[in-house]
Amino acid sequence: MGPDLFDLYRWMLRSRLFEQAVIQLWDDGKISGEMHLGIGEEAIAAGIVGQIQHGDALALDHRGTPPLIMRGVDPTLILLEFLGHSEGLCAGMGGHMHLFSRQHLAASSGIVGASAPTAVGFALSAKYLRPGSISVAFFGEGAVNQGMTMESFNLAASWKLPVLFICKDNEWAITTLSSSVTSGSLIERARSFGMNVGEVDGSDVLAVWDATKSAIEQARKGDGPSYLHMQCYRPQGHFLGDPLIRIAKHPVKGMKELAGPLAKSVTKIKGSSMGQRAGSLKSVSALLRKTMKSQLFKEKDPLELLRQKIKSDKERIRRVEKEVNEEIQQAVDRALQMAAKQARRNSL
Amino acid sequence: MKRMSFAQSIESALAQAMAEDERIIIMGEDVQMIRVNLFSRFGKERVLNMPISEAAFVGAAVSAAMSGLKPVVEIMLVDFIGVAMDAIFNHAAKVARFSGEDWNVPLVIRTACGGGYGDGGQHEQSLWGWLAHIPGLSVLAPSTPADAGGLMLTAIEHDGPVIYFEHKLLSDYWLDYLGGSSRKTVEFDVPSEGAYGFVPKKWEAIPMGQAVSRRDGKDITIISVAVGVHRSIEAADVLEKKGIYATVLDLRSISPLDKDRVCESVSRTGRLLVVDEDYKNFGLSGELAALVKEAGVFFKFARVCTDDTIPYARGLEDQTLPNTEKIVSTALRLMERTNSK
Repeated sequence: MGPDLFDLYRWMLRSRLFEQAVIQLWDDGKISGEMHLGIGEEAIAAGIVGQIQHGDALALDHRGTPPLIMRGVDPTLILLEFLGHSEGLCAGMGGHMHLFSRQHLAASSGIVGASAPTAVGFALSAKYLRPGSISVAFFGEGAVNQGMTMESFNLAASWKLPVLFICKDNEWAITTLSSSVTSGSLIERARSFGMNVGEVDGSDVLAVWDATKSAIEQARKGDGPSYLHMQCYRPQGHFLGDPLIRIAKHPVKGMKELAGPLAKSVTKIKGSSMGQRAGSLKSVSALLRKTMKSQLFKEKDPLELLRQKIKSDKERIRRVEKEVNEEIQQAVDRALQMAAKQARRNSL
Repeated sequence: MKRMSFAQSIESALAQAMAEDERIIIMGEDVQMIRVNLFSRFGKERVLNMPISEAAFVGAAVSAAMSGLKPVVEIMLVDFIGVAMDAIFNHAAKVARFSGEDWNVPLVIRTACGGGYGDGGQHEQSLWGWLAHIPGLSVLAPSTPADAGGLMLTAIEHDGPVIYFEHKLLSDYWLDYLGGSSRKTVEFDVPSEGAYGFVPKKWEAIPMGQAVSRRDGKDITIISVAVGVHRSIEAADVLEKKGIYATVLDLRSISPLDKDRVCESVSRTGRLLVVDEDYKNFGLSGELAALVKEAGVFFKFARVCTDDTIPYARGLEDQTLPNTEKIVSTALRLMERTNSK
């Protein structure tokens, strides 16, 4: 049986609206530090987490919000955590890069690649203590160049552990184009460990659902891990305030800031040949062009793509959107009220 | 003399060294973006973008240094150094000893450290004590633009592996990237004397292992590094209004430690207060107490350090990291303790 498209839409919309509220709160200075969003990854999260059961574990990276929202963690708790509140999901201690929910067996890390060994350990304990349960590792394509990720592939495959390695390929390793520092094909790399591999359009939630379904069945049966490579996008850049996105959004102002010092450096007497220097400038402008293109997100937007599929039932869409809007608005209002109360208490 | 930011000073010293010595290369994640000025001047053969593979590229930097290059390899944040630790403490630190001092590793590991902008306990650590624990590693942490440039040159010219710490509160671009300082809605307690200041016209290396006095006083010796130095100077201002005169020693180099300077000052004041943003247990503060004790100096001791994992919540974070208030109150207690003796 396939998934209920309206359920998927509801989950993805919850995540999207939640993270859009987070953008506002971050801009308002209410959230500190590096805020990495999962906008653009909602179809991947929904298509997988929708099939997760009690006893399954999630190993998350620095974009952990969408899977946690979809796993059913109370959005108010997550927001309170982002606001540094003592009643937040992690008592204000972890923050957005370090979200943990013991109840849901969900653990995050801000160290690139760390989710892979974490998932392996979760799967090992599942094998002993919760037969039939699985674990999922979410990571980006940049993390597949991390030794611990590849070592985890080997462990999971040689022990036939019930792991799903989910590579969310947004083509960027922070602000470096992954293709410029990655050899071969990641899919072939994973296949060489003896895992089942699949390539999926990560913007298409149904494709994600289908590919994941068979991989999960196989893992639950004890037939070992899978690696699924999912293409996706990050319209908000690496994190909020990403300088590349700033330039892409305000090219005139941004380029002025960048171009001054650049022109100075390029024309300094000692240094490499002019050809080399021109090469450097060319590669910087290529990064900027690529970033500009990522701003044309709409046609790849997983939420929009799913909405197209269900648009005939206008009434139901309207109802879902109204309900989710209200829910997230309420969560934001409640969290902000609680944060204001705590701030007042602290200032007394 | 001219004025420069902390970050510009490091870049300017690096540029000077790279122009003079073609063997110097920069390796690290995102460096063609983060070091875009050096990249545009020196090109992709000198400023090498790395994949997220710290174990491999730091390991490779070690042997590249052994075989003629002079890499300045970047671990973006020192919190990420765990992944590359084997290359650092089992290899870089040991090659000279293992080879009977025949083979050196002229390697600089540049890394950002420190908190004060709400990034949580996996992105705001200092860890210099942990690294200085290893024989064979030199560990530097400048607190002013002049030292930032000078010590970068020191690190490059040194013939062994050097960990060079760059505190994020002092480097405007890190606060922009990681703290989101492009927002007008956030504020950080940036020590202005550390973030911007006078620098020499041409960079020269500062001898390694030389502490410097930022303020002289007869009653108590406050020792710190990096941002802690500025918090200590602020505290010394407050103490002075209460009639207590503090010396503030900026170590600049955690390993080697300027033992003579430390002992000389503490034997003069009889009181040592260590302000260390790194963890308290088994670290720099205990080491300083031990070496002064070993020198036979009689003194009273207290410390203000980071006791626990740094919380994400800004309010809790401020309570966890050393701050001026804590330094003042600890200094006052130390004065009382001595007087009542």
